[in-house]
Amino acid sequence: MNLPIYLDYASTTPVDPAVAEKMMEFMTPAGHFGNPASRSHMFGWQAEAAVEDARQDVATLIGADPREIVWTSGATEANNLAIKGCAHFNQRKGKHIITSRIEHKAVLDTCRQLEREGFEVTYLDPDSSGLIQPEMVAEAIREDTTVVSIMHVNNELGTLNDISAIGKICRENKVFFHVDAAQSAGKAAIDVEAMFVDMMSFSAHKIYGPKGIGALFVRRKPRVRIEAQMHGGGHERGMRSGTLPTHQIVGMGQAFKIGFETLAAETARIEALRTRLWEGVTDMDEVHLNGSEHQHVPGIVNISFAFVEGESLMMSLRDLAVSSGSACTSASLEPSYVLRALGLNDEMAHSSIRFSIGRYTTEADIDAAIAQVRVAVEKLRLLSPLWDMFKAGIDLSTVQWSAH
Amino acid sequence: MAYSEKVLDHYENPRNVGQLDENSKNVGTGMVGAPACGDVMRLQIQVNDQGIIEDAKFKTYGCGSAIASSSLLTEWVKGRHLDDAEQIRNTEIAEELALPPVKIHCSVLAEDAIKTAVRDVRAKQAS
Repeated sequence: MNLPIYLDYASTTPVDPAVAEKMMEFMTPAGHFGNPASRSHMFGWQAEAAVEDARQDVATLIGADPREIVWTSGATEANNLAIKGCAHFNQRKGKHIITSRIEHKAVLDTCRQLEREGFEVTYLDPDSSGLIQPEMVAEAIREDTTVVSIMHVNNELGTLNDISAIGKICRENKVFFHVDAAQSAGKAAIDVEAMFVDMMSFSAHKIYGPKGIGALFVRRKPRVRIEAQMHGGGHERGMRSGTLPTHQIVGMGQAFKIGFETLAAETARIEALRTRLWEGVTDMDEVHLNGSEHQHVPGIVNISFAFVEGESLMMSLRDLAVSSGSACTSASLEPSYVLRALGLNDEMAHSSIRFSIGRYTTEADIDAAIAQVRVAVEKLRLLSPLWDMFKAGIDLSTVQWSAH
Repeated sequence: MAYSEKVLDHYENPRNVGQLDENSKNVGTGMVGAPACGDVMRLQIQVNDQGIIEDAKFKTYGCGSAIASSSLLTEWVKGRHLDDAEQIRNTEIAEELALPPVKIHCSVLAEDAIKTAVRDVRAKQAS
């Protein structure tokens, strides 16, 4: 077993060696280093062919036509391009956008920017399990709504939204539907036709591809038009200019290809690891699963260990690479906005740890994680005045605290 | 974020963890912070008739720096007079533990804790 154990796959993944090997073929003088936009010689043609193969691989994973894939620098840029591009293009129709409170900052901050430009944004609250219910979207749609942006899988909780049902509502109401699928590609089935998705954002580095490359699916039929955010040589049918990074693109293509081939087997394997992890800690007192027990991707498990603060817990788990919903390091002292949006009290949000499991996680890794967590939680509870109070039967919500 | 050696030491081997009898007349309790903010410290001191702190115990819910700040504080106050203990400044704690700017609030909390505990025991003894 390699220490520390990496259980932070939702933050990023290592590049699959097969992906790295393929990328190497597109950089050096001995390789296909050409500019895919060079139409006048073999170097360009070879690079272009590789880019188009990769486009096909990305399209295959999501049931799209390769002509509907636009390369970007990552999911953040794809989210910006989709939401700003679509909202701007359609602003004569209306200036109302719907999203949720638990979107990634790349969506939320993009919406904030649109608000500064005079758009109006409705932020939907998730239910207590972290899901956006289709009827919430239906109720929020207005005459002037142009774009709905809802994530497929939440990055902190792993909750899986019913994209088909939300998509159907958007299509019926003639509203464009954007989905941030950074956390779901290769982890949950995606079919942009069956899901009525108009735009979908992807990132390579969450699915064992390289960092710095992503893509946006932009539907052709019925056609979705967006305003470019990056202007230049007219690459990507004018939607995103800039010389295509061939090696990054072939890496993303290879990663999506492997993701497609291994989706079913990996989902089952990781679900078993998830169950193993949860069963290994759930017999302790006051351990709570954040998110949905049934509607999730298996790779993300968010657990609150009550009366133990997340950052100190991570300090004890030095051999585990995990992340916490506690934000003790931030100036605001505010815990995760996602956990708060579920209606979790701040104390429980501060006590949360996100474990994310991936391709290289083994049973032995999970067993070691369980053992370390148990020791650490026990140690910190013995140090915790809140645990004493809980054991003494004091309801912490009735205590007058001196907030600072 | 990297922690200083001293923070790690107090975190790994916290000094004086525990609880004193809250109802005792010569025990002062300082419970400060809030679960919502991610830190709660409970510092208790036991004083003799001369006002010297004979024992100190703490329990802390919070990050490593909060645990270290309160652990260090219990070491510092033992053997000191109440008048002396309440002069301890958060800056001394922060300096000793080499706390980074985002963790200064942990030392502020520790200063609050000793002040509150001293006030508590004085109030008890005056009554």
